[in-house]
Amino acid sequence: MARHVIAKVDELDIGKSKLVKVAGRDIALFNVKGEFFAIANRCPHEGADLCRGQVVGLAESDEPGKVRMTRHGELIRCPWHGWEFDIRTGKSWCDPARTRVKSFDVSVAKGGALTEGPYQAETFPVSIDEDYVVVEI
Amino acid sequence: MNQAVLEKDTTLEKEGEARLGIVDCDIHPAFGSPTELAKFLPLRWRDHLADYGQRSANPVVGTLPYPRMTPGNGMRRDAWPPNGGPPASDLAYLQEQLLDPLGIEYGILQPLAAGSSTLNQELGAAMCAAVNDWQLDKWTGPDPRLKASICVTQEDATAALAEIEARIGDRSFAQIAIPPRTIEPAGRRRYWPIYEAAEHYDMPIGMHSAAYGQHTNSGAGWLNFYIEEHYAFSHSLQSVVTSMVFEGVFERFPKLKLVVVEGGFAWAAPLMWRLDKQWERMRSEVPHVKRPPSEYIRENVWFTTQPIEEPENNRHLLDTLRWVGTDRLMFSTDYPHWDFDDPRYAFKVPLSPTERARIFRDNAKSVYRLP
Repeated sequence: MARHVIAKVDELDIGKSKLVKVAGRDIALFNVKGEFFAIANRCPHEGADLCRGQVVGLAESDEPGKVRMTRHGELIRCPWHGWEFDIRTGKSWCDPARTRVKSFDVSVAKGGALTEGPYQAETFPVSIDEDYVVVEI
Repeated sequence: MNQAVLEKDTTLEKEGEARLGIVDCDIHPAFGSPTELAKFLPLRWRDHLADYGQRSANPVVGTLPYPRMTPGNGMRRDAWPPNGGPPASDLAYLQEQLLDPLGIEYGILQPLAAGSSTLNQELGAAMCAAVNDWQLDKWTGPDPRLKASICVTQEDATAALAEIEARIGDRSFAQIAIPPRTIEPAGRRRYWPIYEAAEHYDMPIGMHSAAYGQHTNSGAGWLNFYIEEHYAFSHSLQSVVTSMVFEGVFERFPKLKLVVVEGGFAWAAPLMWRLDKQWERMRSEVPHVKRPPSEYIRENVWFTTQPIEEPENNRHLLDTLRWVGTDRLMFSTDYPHWDFDDPRYAFKVPLSPTERARIFRDNAKSVYRLP
């Protein structure tokens, strides 16, 4: 596995993304609250560029009229159909049917837990080497 | 939700000889600026618009009834042209992002300029004529892959016929466009002169789901959420098909072609089953409907595919496509809207090469009489 320098730490503000091409692959790099994460740039649903999506938080509700806004800036929403992926893990959180069932469990067990959707965006390990963001592929 | 993960359709992906030319039946061209249409309007209507605006049956002038969640009211976030202007307002970028990379041989323009739904019908007719000129000037002239829609004011059949007659000789136009939520149900006699002309000239009637209409988007009034409006497009078009069948439109105009655009298609199969069953029991109420409703639908009606239904089990999509009929379905992207379908990924099912060619190209070429 080779290490590739893909950005300088100070060139990507919090909440911003950058498209980098590494070893022939398009990779979307994100700065989430000062931490860097990299996922494949292609949405697993229909292939849209994830780096052109919107960085969002999570709106959850246990019952009508009560909404929690959490995890600000930790999800990427696909620029086409709005699929949401956890930037840290690449996991989808937007299977409405299963999320609804599980969020019922959540309200009983503990708040904040979520059900994983079936889609998984590919992730790559990222590290900070001095002032540089490095991805391993 | 779809279980399959990004299975590409390799028949569409291959460059060169094996590549299937695609007909995209739903592309939304946009004005570069709010005043772009003005130069195609007579001075009388330019002044009128500047002074009084354009009113529709929607309650608030100058906005969509359901503002949508992305910039530009429901646009793909990656579709904003680098040279400025809203998505799909720049031909060069539309070519670069849509037509060229996806191998689109023909694209049917579906303007959403709302002339058809304008309450002032004279203004509406002038706006339709202007939009028709604009399509030729900005789109189909510079890129003949694009085909225009003859936009008409369906509530004033006389004006609609005049516009159809004025455009019919120009093969840059591929269909007559009418929004679905008309003042009376779509099968009623007031619209028959338009259907008669459409049949006579072998021009399909395209009914595209519309934010604007003459009525609320449900029988119980305005729905609360945009997510409901998105679904309401389906039942507005179910009402269109049902009304046209039972009012006898397809009996009277047996060669008429109706294209249901952006209303979904999976519902068509159970709708046909249900109508056939009721027709067997109650046909004496509509003796002019001589054949089972499904026969008219299978001969006179086509459906565009976007937004494609995505069953939990992907194989069920294949069943659905075949229940509706792969000879009835025509591929569409809905570019540049957020719910765009990419032809390489939207059909993750093992269609036969013949079925695939029909859906992506052949049905549309036949319906729209494309060379």
